[in-house]
Amino acid sequence: MKVLTRIGFWLLVAAIALFSLFPFYYAVISSFRSGADLFTVAYVPESFDLSNYFAVFQRQPFGRNILNSIIVAGAVVAVSLALGITAAYAFGRIAFRGRSLLLMTILGVSMFPQVAVLSGMFELIRSLGLYNTLPGLILANLMLTLPFTTWVLTTFMREMPKEIEEAAFVDGATPWIVVRRVFLPLMAPAAVTTGLLAFIVSWNEFLFALTFTLTNERRTVPPAIALMTGSTAYELPWGTIMAASVIVTLPIIALVLVFQRKIVAGLTAGAVKG
Amino acid sequence: MTDVTAPGLAGAATRPRGRASSLTRTRVRSAWAFIAPALVVLVLVAGWPLARTIWFSFTDADLNNLSDYTFIGFENYLANYDGEWLGLLTDPDWWRSVWNTLWFTLVSVSIETVLGIVVALILNAHFPGRGIMRAVILIPWAIPTVVSAKMWNWMLHDQFGVINDMLLRLGIIAAPITWTANPDTALWTVVMVDVWKTTPFMALLILAALQMLPQDIYEAAKVDGVHPMRVFFRVTLPLIKPALLVAVIFRALDALRVFDLIYVLTANSKDTMSMSVFARQQLVEFQEVGLGSAASTLIFLIIALLVAATLVAGRVRLGEETR
Repeated sequence: MKVLTRIGFWLLVAAIALFSLFPFYYAVISSFRSGADLFTVAYVPESFDLSNYFAVFQRQPFGRNILNSIIVAGAVVAVSLALGITAAYAFGRIAFRGRSLLLMTILGVSMFPQVAVLSGMFELIRSLGLYNTLPGLILANLMLTLPFTTWVLTTFMREMPKEIEEAAFVDGATPWIVVRRVFLPLMAPAAVTTGLLAFIVSWNEFLFALTFTLTNERRTVPPAIALMTGSTAYELPWGTIMAASVIVTLPIIALVLVFQRKIVAGLTAGAVKG
Repeated sequence: MTDVTAPGLAGAATRPRGRASSLTRTRVRSAWAFIAPALVVLVLVAGWPLARTIWFSFTDADLNNLSDYTFIGFENYLANYDGEWLGLLTDPDWWRSVWNTLWFTLVSVSIETVLGIVVALILNAHFPGRGIMRAVILIPWAIPTVVSAKMWNWMLHDQFGVINDMLLRLGIIAAPITWTANPDTALWTVVMVDVWKTTPFMALLILAALQMLPQDIYEAAKVDGVHPMRVFFRVTLPLIKPALLVAVIFRALDALRVFDLIYVLTANSKDTMSMSVFARQQLVEFQEVGLGSAASTLIFLIIALLVAATLVAGRVRLGEETR
Protein backbone atom coordinates (compact mmCIF):
# COMPACT_ATOMS: atom_id res chain seq x y z
CA MET A 1 0.00 0.00 0.00
CA LYS A 2 2.77 2.38 0.99
CA VAL A 3 4.70 1.55 -2.18
CA LEU A 4 1.59 2.11 -4.32
CA THR A 5 1.05 5.51 -2.75
CA ARG A 6 4.64 6.47 -3.47
CA ILE A 7 4.39 5.31 -7.08
CA GLY A 8 1.13 7.22 -7.51
CA PHE A 9 2.71 10.33 -6.02
CA TRP A 10 5.68 10.22 -8.37
CA LEU A 11 3.45 9.55 -11.37
CA LEU A 12 1.48 12.65 -10.48
CA VAL A 13 4.69 14.69 -10.14
CA ALA A 14 5.86 13.40 -13.52
CA ALA A 15 2.50 14.22 -15.13
CA ILE A 16 2.59 17.78 -13.81
CA ALA A 17 6.16 18.27 -15.00
CA LEU A 18 5.35 16.86 -18.43
CA PHE A 19 2.21 18.98 -18.83
CA SER A 20 4.10 22.13 -17.75
CA LEU A 21 7.18 21.62 -19.90
CA PHE A 22 5.99 19.86 -23.04
CA PRO A 23 4.60 22.88 -24.97
CA PHE A 24 7.83 24.83 -24.56
CA TYR A 25 9.91 21.75 -25.33
CA TYR A 26 7.87 21.18 -28.47
CA ALA A 27 8.28 24.81 -29.54
CA VAL A 28 12.06 24.45 -29.17
CA ILE A 29 12.27 21.31 -31.33
CA SER A 30 9.91 22.81 -33.91
CA SER A 31 12.04 25.95 -34.11
CA PHE A 32 15.03 23.84 -35.23
CA ARG A 33 13.10 22.22 -38.06
CA SER A 34 12.16 23.93 -41.28
CA GLY A 35 10.58 23.45 -44.68
CA ALA A 36 8.79 20.19 -45.30
CA ASP A 37 10.17 18.73 -42.05
CA LEU A 38 7.51 20.64 -40.16
CA PHE A 39 4.77 18.68 -41.90
CA THR A 40 5.72 15.57 -39.96
CA VAL A 41 5.50 15.33 -36.20
CA ALA A 42 8.71 14.79 -34.24
CA TYR A 43 8.85 14.02 -30.52
CA VAL A 44 12.61 14.12 -30.16
CA PRO A 45 15.06 16.65 -31.57
CA GLU A 46 16.32 15.24 -34.86
CA SER A 47 17.74 18.24 -36.68
CA PHE A 48 19.53 21.37 -35.59
CA ASP A 49 18.70 23.84 -38.32
CA LEU A 50 19.12 27.50 -37.35
CA SER A 51 17.53 28.92 -40.49
CA ASN A 52 14.30 29.87 -38.65
CA TYR A 53 16.33 31.96 -36.25
CA PHE A 54 17.97 33.86 -39.11
CA ALA A 55 14.67 34.18 -40.97
CA VAL A 56 12.90 35.81 -38.04
CA PHE A 57 15.38 38.68 -38.04
CA GLN A 58 15.57 38.98 -41.83
CA ARG A 59 11.92 38.74 -42.75
CA GLN A 60 10.87 41.42 -40.31
CA PRO A 61 12.41 43.95 -37.89
CA PHE A 62 12.33 41.50 -35.01
CA GLY A 63 15.46 42.95 -33.41
CA ARG A 64 13.71 46.32 -33.40
CA ASN A 65 10.59 44.71 -31.87
CA ILE A 66 12.66 43.26 -29.04
CA LEU A 67 14.36 46.60 -28.45
CA ASN A 68 10.93 48.32 -28.38
CA SER A 69 9.71 45.85 -25.79
CA ILE A 70 12.78 46.41 -23.64
CA ILE A 71 12.47 50.21 -23.86
CA VAL A 72 8.76 50.19 -23.05
CA ALA A 73 9.04 47.68 -20.21
CA GLY A 74 12.12 49.40 -18.78
CA ALA A 75 10.50 52.84 -18.75
CA VAL A 76 7.27 51.47 -17.32
CA VAL A 77 9.17 49.76 -14.50
CA ALA A 78 11.20 52.89 -13.71
CA VAL A 79 8.19 55.22 -13.60
CA SER A 80 5.98 52.75 -11.71
CA LEU A 81 8.62 52.15 -9.06
CA ALA A 82 9.48 55.83 -8.59
CA LEU A 83 5.84 56.85 -8.19
CA GLY A 84 4.92 53.66 -6.39
CA ILE A 85 7.56 53.88 -3.65
CA THR A 86 6.82 57.49 -2.73
CA ALA A 87 3.09 56.81 -2.67
CA ALA A 88 3.61 53.57 -0.74
CA TYR A 89 5.51 55.44 1.97
CA ALA A 90 2.54 57.73 2.57
CA PHE A 91 0.02 54.88 2.35
CA GLY A 92 2.01 52.53 4.52
CA ARG A 93 3.42 54.80 7.23
CA ILE A 94 1.23 57.85 7.62
CA ALA A 95 -2.32 57.87 8.95
CA PHE A 96 -4.35 60.47 7.10
CA ARG A 97 -7.97 61.01 6.32
CA GLY A 98 -9.18 59.17 3.24
CA ARG A 99 -6.29 56.73 3.16
CA SER A 100 -8.37 53.55 3.11
CA LEU A 101 -10.70 54.94 0.47
CA LEU A 102 -7.81 55.95 -1.78
CA LEU A 103 -6.14 52.57 -1.36
CA MET A 104 -9.42 50.85 -2.20
CA THR A 105 -9.73 52.99 -5.31
CA ILE A 106 -6.22 52.09 -6.41
CA LEU A 107 -6.90 48.40 -5.81
CA GLY A 108 -10.08 48.82 -7.83
CA VAL A 109 -8.15 50.40 -10.71
CA SER A 110 -5.78 47.43 -10.74
CA MET A 111 -8.79 45.28 -11.56
CA PHE A 112 -9.98 47.52 -14.41
CA PRO A 113 -10.60 45.66 -17.61
CA GLN A 114 -8.18 47.13 -20.16
CA VAL A 115 -10.87 47.33 -22.79
CA ALA A 116 -12.90 49.67 -20.56
CA VAL A 117 -10.45 52.49 -21.19
CA LEU A 118 -9.63 51.59 -24.79
CA SER A 119 -11.48 54.33 -26.68
CA GLY A 120 -10.65 57.01 -24.12
CA MET A 121 -6.99 55.97 -24.16
CA PHE A 122 -7.01 55.99 -27.95
CA GLU A 123 -8.26 59.57 -27.93
CA LEU A 124 -5.75 60.60 -25.25
CA ILE A 125 -2.80 59.07 -27.08
CA ARG A 126 -3.84 60.54 -30.39
CA SER A 127 -4.43 64.02 -29.00
CA LEU A 128 -1.00 63.95 -27.36
CA GLY A 129 0.47 63.01 -30.73
CA LEU A 130 1.71 59.69 -29.34
CA TYR A 131 -0.12 57.32 -31.68
CA ASN A 132 2.24 54.69 -33.09
CA THR A 133 5.08 55.75 -30.75
CA LEU A 134 6.77 54.07 -27.82
CA PRO A 135 5.95 56.85 -25.29
CA GLY A 136 2.28 56.23 -26.10
CA LEU A 137 2.66 52.58 -25.10
CA ILE A 138 4.60 53.51 -21.96
CA LEU A 139 1.82 55.87 -20.91
CA ALA A 140 -0.89 53.28 -21.58
CA ASN A 141 0.95 50.48 -19.75
CA LEU A 142 1.22 52.62 -16.60
CA MET A 143 -2.48 52.02 -16.17
CA LEU A 144 -1.69 48.34 -15.76
CA THR A 145 1.40 48.53 -13.55
CA LEU A 146 1.13 51.60 -11.33
CA PRO A 147 -1.89 50.46 -9.26
CA PHE A 148 -0.43 47.09 -8.34
CA THR A 149 3.13 48.36 -7.74
CA THR A 150 1.69 50.96 -5.34
CA TRP A 151 -0.43 48.31 -3.67
CA VAL A 152 2.28 45.67 -3.30
CA LEU A 153 4.89 48.19 -2.13
CA THR A 154 2.42 49.50 0.45
CA THR A 155 2.01 46.04 1.92
CA PHE A 156 5.79 45.68 2.11
CA MET A 157 6.14 49.16 3.61
CA ARG A 158 3.68 48.29 6.38
CA GLU A 159 5.77 45.35 7.48
CA MET A 160 8.80 47.51 8.30
CA PRO A 161 9.31 48.00 12.03
CA LYS A 162 8.24 51.36 13.42
CA GLU A 163 11.49 51.99 15.26
CA ILE A 164 13.35 52.54 12.01
CA GLU A 165 11.81 55.86 11.15
CA GLU A 166 11.24 56.89 14.75
CA ALA A 167 14.99 57.15 15.26
CA ALA A 168 15.32 59.29 12.16
CA PHE A 169 12.46 61.59 13.12
CA VAL A 170 13.90 62.07 16.59
CA ASP A 171 17.09 63.20 14.89
CA GLY A 172 15.03 65.81 13.06
CA ALA A 173 14.85 64.26 9.59
CA THR A 174 12.11 65.40 7.23
CA PRO A 175 9.74 62.82 5.69
CA TRP A 176 11.47 63.16 2.34
CA ILE A 177 14.87 62.37 3.86
CA VAL A 178 13.34 59.42 5.68
CA VAL A 179 12.03 58.01 2.41
CA ARG A 180 15.28 58.55 0.58
CA ARG A 181 17.81 57.60 3.24
CA VAL A 182 15.92 55.07 5.34
CA PHE A 183 13.26 53.38 3.25
CA LEU A 184 14.78 53.37 -0.21
CA PRO A 185 17.63 51.04 0.80
CA LEU A 186 15.34 48.90 2.93
CA MET A 187 12.77 48.63 0.17
CA ALA A 188 15.32 47.51 -2.43
CA PRO A 189 14.39 43.80 -2.26
CA ALA A 190 10.68 44.60 -2.44
CA ALA A 191 11.34 46.98 -5.31
CA VAL A 192 13.17 44.25 -7.23
CA THR A 193 10.21 41.90 -6.81
CA THR A 194 7.62 44.48 -7.76
CA GLY A 195 9.73 45.80 -10.61
CA LEU A 196 10.11 42.30 -11.99
CA LEU A 197 6.35 41.73 -11.93
CA ALA A 198 5.78 45.09 -13.63
CA PHE A 199 8.39 44.17 -16.24
CA ILE A 200 6.65 40.88 -16.99
CA VAL A 201 3.24 42.59 -17.25
CA SER A 202 4.58 45.17 -19.66
CA TRP A 203 6.63 42.62 -21.65
CA ASN A 204 3.52 40.49 -22.14
CA GLU A 205 1.04 43.33 -22.79
CA PHE A 206 -0.86 42.81 -26.03
CA LEU A 207 -4.13 44.74 -26.34
CA PHE A 208 -2.67 48.26 -26.08
CA ALA A 209 0.36 47.38 -28.18
CA LEU A 210 -1.88 45.93 -30.87
CA THR A 211 -4.25 48.89 -30.90
CA PHE A 212 -1.91 51.86 -30.46
CA THR A 213 0.76 50.92 -33.00
CA LEU A 214 0.41 50.77 -36.74
CA THR A 215 3.76 49.92 -38.33
CA ASN A 216 5.90 46.87 -37.79
CA GLU A 217 8.91 48.97 -36.72
CA ARG A 218 6.99 50.37 -33.75
CA ARG A 219 5.48 47.13 -32.55
CA THR A 220 6.54 45.39 -29.38
CA VAL A 221 7.13 41.65 -29.35
CA PRO A 222 3.61 40.29 -28.59
CA PRO A 223 1.80 41.95 -31.53
CA ALA A 224 4.83 41.28 -33.75
CA ILE A 225 4.53 37.55 -33.05
CA ALA A 226 0.74 37.52 -33.24
CA LEU A 227 0.73 39.25 -36.63
CA MET A 228 3.60 37.31 -38.21
CA THR A 229 2.69 36.20 -41.71
CA GLY A 230 4.39 33.98 -44.22
CA SER A 231 5.10 34.36 -47.89
CA THR A 232 1.43 33.80 -48.64
CA ALA A 233 -1.55 34.84 -46.58
CA TYR A 234 -2.76 31.24 -46.18
CA GLU A 235 0.39 29.66 -44.90
CA LEU A 236 1.74 30.63 -41.51
CA PRO A 237 5.51 30.30 -41.02
CA TRP A 238 5.29 28.06 -37.98
CA GLY A 239 9.01 27.42 -37.75
CA THR A 240 9.78 31.13 -37.67
CA ILE A 241 6.98 31.83 -35.19
CA MET A 242 8.32 29.12 -32.88
CA ALA A 243 11.86 30.53 -33.18
CA ALA A 244 10.58 33.99 -32.27
CA SER A 245 8.61 32.51 -29.37
CA VAL A 246 11.68 30.74 -28.01
CA ILE A 247 13.82 33.89 -28.33
CA VAL A 248 11.45 36.08 -26.30
CA THR A 249 10.55 33.42 -23.77
CA LEU A 250 14.06 32.34 -22.77
CA PRO A 251 15.02 35.60 -20.98
CA ILE A 252 11.71 35.63 -19.11
CA ILE A 253 12.14 32.01 -18.03
CA ALA A 254 15.70 32.79 -16.92
CA LEU A 255 14.45 35.76 -14.87
CA VAL A 256 11.70 33.71 -13.31
CA LEU A 257 14.02 30.86 -12.38
CA VAL A 258 16.61 33.20 -10.85
CA PHE A 259 14.09 35.28 -8.93
CA GLN A 260 11.66 32.45 -8.22
CA ARG A 261 11.31 33.08 -4.50
CA LYS A 262 10.99 36.82 -4.88
CA ILE A 263 8.28 36.51 -7.51
CA VAL A 264 6.26 34.16 -5.33
CA ALA A 265 6.63 36.59 -2.43
CA GLY A 266 5.44 39.47 -4.61
CA LEU A 267 2.49 37.56 -6.01
CA THR A 268 1.32 36.49 -2.58
CA ALA A 269 1.83 39.98 -1.12
CA GLY A 270 -0.30 41.42 -3.90
CA ALA A 271 -3.01 38.84 -3.90
CA VAL A 272 -3.35 37.18 -0.52
CA LYS A 273 -3.34 40.42 1.35
CA GLY A 274 -5.71 42.03 -1.10
CA MET B 1 5.73 59.01 28.92
CA THR B 2 9.26 57.84 28.52
CA ASP B 3 8.85 56.80 24.92
CA VAL B 4 9.53 59.44 22.33
CA THR B 5 7.61 57.75 19.56
CA ALA B 6 7.18 59.25 16.16
CA PRO B 7 3.64 60.36 15.51
CA GLY B 8 1.52 57.39 14.71
CA LEU B 9 -2.03 56.57 15.66
CA ALA B 10 -1.13 54.43 18.64
CA GLY B 11 1.18 56.90 20.32
CA ALA B 12 -0.92 60.01 19.71
CA ALA B 13 -2.82 59.91 22.99
CA THR B 14 0.19 59.60 25.27
CA ARG B 15 2.23 62.48 23.88
CA PRO B 16 2.26 66.12 24.87
CA ARG B 17 -0.38 67.69 22.70
CA GLY B 18 1.16 70.67 20.89
CA ARG B 19 4.28 68.98 19.60
CA ALA B 20 2.53 65.84 18.45
CA SER B 21 -0.11 67.64 16.45
CA SER B 22 2.35 69.90 14.68
CA LEU B 23 4.50 66.93 13.73
CA THR B 24 1.42 64.97 12.70
CA ARG B 25 0.26 67.87 10.58
CA THR B 26 3.61 68.07 8.81
CA ARG B 27 3.45 64.37 8.14
CA VAL B 28 -0.10 64.44 6.85
CA ARG B 29 0.77 67.31 4.53
CA SER B 30 3.80 65.42 3.29
CA ALA B 31 1.62 62.36 2.77
CA TRP B 32 -0.42 64.19 0.15
CA ALA B 33 2.75 65.47 -1.50
CA PHE B 34 4.03 61.90 -1.74
CA ILE B 35 0.82 60.55 -3.17
CA ALA B 36 0.10 63.39 -5.59
CA PRO B 37 2.39 62.29 -8.48
CA ALA B 38 1.00 58.74 -8.51
CA LEU B 39 -2.56 60.06 -8.27
CA VAL B 40 -2.10 62.51 -11.12
CA VAL B 41 -0.76 59.76 -13.38
CA LEU B 42 -3.57 57.41 -12.39
CA VAL B 43 -6.21 60.02 -13.15
CA LEU B 44 -4.55 60.66 -16.50
CA VAL B 45 -4.18 57.03 -17.63
CA ALA B 46 -7.17 55.42 -15.92
CA GLY B 47 -9.76 57.90 -14.66
CA TRP B 48 -9.85 60.21 -17.68
CA PRO B 49 -9.88 57.51 -20.39
CA LEU B 50 -12.59 55.63 -18.50
CA ALA B 51 -14.74 58.77 -18.27
CA ARG B 52 -14.21 59.47 -21.98
CA THR B 53 -15.11 55.89 -22.90
CA ILE B 54 -18.36 56.17 -20.97
CA TRP B 55 -19.04 59.52 -22.66
CA PHE B 56 -18.31 58.10 -26.12
CA SER B 57 -20.85 55.34 -25.46
CA PHE B 58 -23.56 58.02 -25.63
CA THR B 59 -22.31 59.37 -28.97
CA ASP B 60 -22.04 58.27 -32.59
CA ALA B 61 -18.26 58.84 -32.70
CA ASP B 62 -16.17 57.27 -35.46
CA LEU B 63 -12.58 56.14 -35.11
CA ASN B 64 -11.38 58.19 -38.07
CA ASN B 65 -12.47 61.48 -36.59
CA LEU B 66 -12.84 61.37 -32.84
CA SER B 67 -13.54 65.09 -32.49
CA ASP B 68 -16.66 65.13 -34.64
CA TYR B 69 -19.61 63.40 -33.02
CA THR B 70 -23.09 64.05 -31.72
CA PHE B 71 -24.75 63.04 -28.50
CA ILE B 72 -27.33 60.34 -29.15
CA GLY B 73 -28.29 59.28 -25.64
CA PHE B 74 -28.83 55.58 -25.06
CA GLU B 75 -29.19 54.69 -28.74
CA ASN B 76 -26.00 52.62 -28.76
CA TYR B 77 -27.45 50.50 -26.00
CA LEU B 78 -31.09 50.37 -27.04
CA ALA B 79 -33.07 52.32 -29.60
CA ASN B 80 -36.43 51.99 -31.24
CA TYR B 81 -36.74 52.78 -34.95
CA ASP B 82 -40.27 52.42 -36.31
CA GLY B 83 -41.16 49.77 -33.79
CA GLU B 84 -37.92 47.82 -34.31
CA TRP B 85 -35.54 47.51 -31.40
CA LEU B 86 -31.88 48.06 -32.20
CA GLY B 87 -28.65 48.57 -30.27
CA LEU B 88 -26.17 46.55 -28.28
CA LEU B 89 -28.73 45.05 -25.93
CA THR B 90 -30.56 43.47 -28.88
CA ASP B 91 -27.38 42.23 -30.61
CA PRO B 92 -27.19 38.42 -30.44
CA ASP B 93 -23.42 38.57 -31.06
CA TRP B 94 -22.95 40.67 -27.94
CA TRP B 95 -24.98 38.27 -25.82
CA ARG B 96 -23.09 35.39 -27.34
CA SER B 97 -19.82 37.00 -26.23
CA VAL B 98 -21.22 37.62 -22.73
CA TRP B 99 -22.25 33.99 -22.49
CA ASN B 100 -18.88 32.79 -23.84
CA THR B 101 -17.03 34.90 -21.29
CA LEU B 102 -19.14 33.74 -18.36
CA TRP B 103 -18.89 30.10 -19.43
CA PHE B 104 -15.13 30.41 -19.93
CA THR B 105 -14.69 32.07 -16.52
CA LEU B 106 -16.79 29.54 -14.65
CA VAL B 107 -15.28 26.44 -16.25
CA SER B 108 -11.64 27.53 -16.37
CA VAL B 109 -11.53 28.96 -12.85
CA SER B 110 -13.21 25.85 -11.43
CA ILE B 111 -10.73 23.51 -13.11
CA GLU B 112 -7.80 25.75 -12.14
CA THR B 113 -8.90 25.81 -8.51
CA VAL B 114 -9.15 22.02 -8.23
CA LEU B 115 -5.88 21.41 -10.09
CA GLY B 116 -4.24 24.27 -8.19
CA ILE B 117 -5.09 22.61 -4.88
CA VAL B 118 -3.73 19.27 -6.10
CA VAL B 119 -0.47 20.82 -7.31
CA ALA B 120 -0.12 22.89 -4.13
CA LEU B 121 -0.62 19.82 -1.92
CA ILE B 122 2.07 17.98 -3.87
CA LEU B 123 4.50 20.88 -3.65
CA ASN B 124 3.78 21.11 0.06
CA ALA B 125 4.95 17.53 0.60
CA HIS B 126 8.61 16.97 1.32
CA PHE B 127 10.28 15.15 -1.53
CA PRO B 128 13.61 15.44 -3.32
CA GLY B 129 13.38 17.83 -6.27
CA ARG B 130 10.63 19.93 -4.74
CA GLY B 131 12.47 23.18 -5.48
CA ILE B 132 12.93 22.17 -9.11
CA MET B 133 9.24 21.31 -9.42
CA ARG B 134 8.27 24.69 -8.06
CA ALA B 135 10.41 26.34 -10.74
CA VAL B 136 9.02 24.02 -13.42
CA ILE B 137 5.40 24.93 -12.80
CA LEU B 138 6.31 28.64 -12.96
CA ILE B 139 7.37 28.29 -16.60
CA PRO B 140 3.87 28.26 -18.16
CA TRP B 141 3.01 31.31 -16.09
CA ALA B 142 6.11 33.16 -17.28
CA ILE B 143 5.56 32.56 -21.00
CA PRO B 144 3.81 35.57 -22.59
CA THR B 145 0.15 34.81 -23.31
CA VAL B 146 0.52 35.56 -27.01
CA VAL B 147 3.44 33.17 -27.23
CA SER B 148 1.65 30.39 -25.37
CA ALA B 149 -1.39 30.86 -27.59
CA LYS B 150 0.84 30.49 -30.67
CA MET B 151 2.60 27.44 -29.23
CA TRP B 152 -0.72 25.75 -28.60
CA ASN B 153 -2.02 26.85 -31.99
CA TRP B 154 0.85 24.95 -33.52
CA MET B 155 0.42 21.90 -31.28
CA LEU B 156 -3.31 21.89 -32.07
CA HIS B 157 -2.82 22.32 -35.83
CA ASP B 158 -5.43 20.14 -37.55
CA GLN B 159 -3.03 18.55 -40.04
CA PHE B 160 0.47 18.76 -38.59
CA GLY B 161 -0.29 19.21 -34.90
CA VAL B 162 1.30 17.02 -32.26
CA ILE B 163 -1.92 16.70 -30.21
CA ASN B 164 -3.87 15.11 -33.05
CA ASP B 165 -0.88 12.89 -33.82
CA MET B 166 -0.69 11.69 -30.21
CA LEU B 167 -4.41 11.01 -29.94
CA LEU B 168 -4.44 9.21 -33.30
CA ARG B 169 -1.50 7.00 -32.27
CA LEU B 170 -3.15 6.17 -28.98
CA GLY B 171 -6.35 5.34 -30.83
CA ILE B 172 -8.41 7.84 -28.86
CA ILE B 173 -9.68 9.61 -31.97
CA ALA B 174 -10.25 8.19 -35.43
CA ALA B 175 -9.74 11.38 -37.46
CA PRO B 176 -7.88 14.66 -36.81
CA ILE B 177 -9.88 17.31 -34.97
CA THR B 178 -9.89 20.97 -35.99
CA TRP B 179 -9.61 22.07 -32.39
CA THR B 180 -9.85 25.83 -32.73
CA ALA B 181 -12.26 26.02 -35.67
CA ASN B 182 -14.83 23.44 -34.63
CA PRO B 183 -17.61 25.15 -32.60
CA ASP B 184 -17.89 22.10 -30.33
CA THR B 185 -14.25 22.11 -29.28
CA ALA B 186 -13.13 25.74 -29.72
CA LEU B 187 -14.16 27.07 -26.30
CA TRP B 188 -12.90 23.93 -24.55
CA THR B 189 -9.59 24.42 -26.31
CA VAL B 190 -9.39 27.96 -24.98
CA VAL B 191 -10.16 26.66 -21.49
CA MET B 192 -7.45 24.03 -21.75
CA VAL B 193 -4.76 26.53 -22.74
CA ASP B 194 -5.86 28.88 -19.98
CA VAL B 195 -5.72 26.05 -17.45
CA TRP B 196 -2.20 25.24 -18.62
CA LYS B 197 -1.10 28.83 -18.23
CA THR B 198 -2.72 29.93 -14.98
CA THR B 199 -2.93 26.83 -12.78
CA PRO B 200 0.62 27.65 -11.53
CA PHE B 201 -0.60 31.01 -10.26
CA MET B 202 -3.41 29.32 -8.32
CA ALA B 203 -1.09 26.61 -7.03
CA LEU B 204 1.47 29.14 -5.74
CA LEU B 205 -1.14 31.22 -3.92
CA ILE B 206 -2.62 28.09 -2.33
CA LEU B 207 0.85 26.80 -1.48
CA ALA B 208 1.62 30.06 0.34
CA ALA B 209 -1.53 29.55 2.41
CA LEU B 210 -0.68 25.90 3.10
CA GLN B 211 2.76 26.82 4.38
CA MET B 212 1.29 29.11 7.00
CA LEU B 213 -0.80 26.35 8.58
CA PRO B 214 0.24 25.17 12.07
CA GLN B 215 1.93 21.77 11.87
CA ASP B 216 0.78 20.48 15.28
CA ILE B 217 -2.78 19.93 14.04
CA TYR B 218 -1.48 17.51 11.45
CA GLU B 219 0.67 15.71 13.96
CA ALA B 220 -2.32 15.34 16.25
CA ALA B 221 -4.44 14.01 13.40
CA LYS B 222 -1.70 11.54 12.50
CA VAL B 223 -1.43 10.31 16.08
CA ASP B 224 -5.19 9.82 16.19
CA GLY B 225 -5.01 7.88 12.92
CA VAL B 226 -7.41 10.12 10.97
CA HIS B 227 -7.60 9.32 7.27
CA PRO B 228 -5.65 11.90 5.17
CA MET B 229 -8.74 12.61 3.02
CA ARG B 230 -10.71 13.43 6.13
CA VAL B 231 -7.90 15.65 7.40
CA PHE B 232 -7.94 17.52 4.09
CA PHE B 233 -11.68 18.18 4.03
CA ARG B 234 -12.09 18.80 7.77
CA VAL B 235 -8.88 20.68 8.58
CA THR B 236 -6.92 21.90 5.57
CA LEU B 237 -9.74 23.13 3.36
CA PRO B 238 -11.51 25.21 6.03
CA LEU B 239 -8.19 26.75 7.10
CA ILE B 240 -7.10 27.81 3.62
CA LYS B 241 -10.59 28.92 2.59
CA PRO B 242 -9.96 32.68 2.97
CA ALA B 243 -6.80 32.57 0.84
CA LEU B 244 -8.52 30.28 -1.64
CA LEU B 245 -11.43 32.72 -2.00
CA VAL B 246 -9.10 35.62 -2.70
CA ALA B 247 -7.23 33.57 -5.31
CA VAL B 248 -10.50 32.51 -6.97
CA ILE B 249 -11.79 36.08 -7.09
CA PHE B 250 -8.54 37.38 -8.60
CA ARG B 251 -8.56 34.67 -11.23
CA ALA B 252 -12.24 35.21 -12.01
CA LEU B 253 -11.72 38.95 -12.53
CA ASP B 254 -8.80 38.13 -14.80
CA ALA B 255 -10.81 35.60 -16.76
CA LEU B 256 -13.72 38.00 -17.26
CA ARG B 257 -11.51 40.42 -19.18
CA VAL B 258 -9.78 37.73 -21.26
CA PHE B 259 -8.52 39.04 -24.59
CA ASP B 260 -5.03 37.92 -25.74
CA LEU B 261 -5.61 34.20 -25.49
CA ILE B 262 -8.88 34.12 -27.41
CA TYR B 263 -7.82 36.71 -29.99
CA VAL B 264 -4.66 34.81 -30.89
CA LEU B 265 -6.01 31.27 -30.51
CA THR B 266 -9.23 31.60 -32.47
CA ALA B 267 -9.12 35.12 -34.02
CA ASN B 268 -12.52 36.78 -34.28
CA SER B 269 -14.55 33.58 -34.33
CA LYS B 270 -18.05 34.07 -32.92
CA ASP B 271 -17.90 30.68 -31.23
CA THR B 272 -15.30 31.82 -28.74
CA MET B 273 -15.47 35.63 -28.85
CA SER B 274 -15.18 37.14 -25.37
CA MET B 275 -16.66 40.48 -24.30
CA SER B 276 -13.28 42.19 -24.67
CA VAL B 277 -12.74 40.78 -28.15
CA PHE B 278 -16.23 41.91 -29.15
CA ALA B 279 -15.67 45.46 -27.87
CA ARG B 280 -12.32 45.80 -29.61
CA GLN B 281 -13.74 44.49 -32.87
CA GLN B 282 -16.52 47.11 -32.84
CA LEU B 283 -14.08 49.82 -31.87
CA VAL B 284 -11.08 49.16 -34.08
CA GLU B 285 -12.14 46.93 -36.95
CA PHE B 286 -15.64 48.36 -37.51
CA GLN B 287 -14.50 51.83 -36.33
CA GLU B 288 -17.75 52.16 -34.37
CA VAL B 289 -16.42 54.02 -31.35
CA GLY B 290 -19.92 54.64 -29.97
CA LEU B 291 -21.00 51.01 -30.07
CA GLY B 292 -17.60 49.72 -28.98
CA SER B 293 -17.56 52.16 -26.05
CA ALA B 294 -21.04 51.04 -25.05
CA ALA B 295 -19.77 47.44 -24.94
CA SER B 296 -16.69 48.58 -22.97
CA THR B 297 -18.90 50.43 -20.51
CA LEU B 298 -21.08 47.38 -19.94
CA ILE B 299 -17.97 45.23 -19.36
CA PHE B 300 -16.73 47.82 -16.90
CA LEU B 301 -20.06 47.82 -15.06
CA ILE B 302 -20.15 44.03 -14.83
CA ILE B 303 -16.61 43.84 -13.46
CA ALA B 304 -17.02 46.92 -11.23
CA LEU B 305 -20.03 45.34 -9.55
CA LEU B 306 -18.01 42.22 -8.82
CA VAL B 307 -15.02 44.26 -7.59
CA ALA B 308 -17.23 46.35 -5.34
CA ALA B 309 -18.77 43.24 -3.83
CA THR B 310 -15.29 41.80 -3.28
CA LEU B 311 -13.94 44.96 -1.69
CA VAL B 312 -16.90 45.24 0.68
CA ALA B 313 -16.38 41.63 1.67
CA GLY B 314 -12.65 42.19 2.16
CA ARG B 315 -12.99 45.51 3.96
CA VAL B 316 -13.04 44.01 7.42
CA ARG B 317 -9.63 42.44 6.92
CA LEU B 318 -8.16 45.58 5.38
CA GLY B 319 -9.46 47.67 8.27
CA GLU B 320 -7.71 45.41 10.73
CA GLU B 321 -4.45 45.71 8.87
CA THR B 322 -4.38 49.49 8.74
CA ARG B 323 -4.82 49.83 12.47
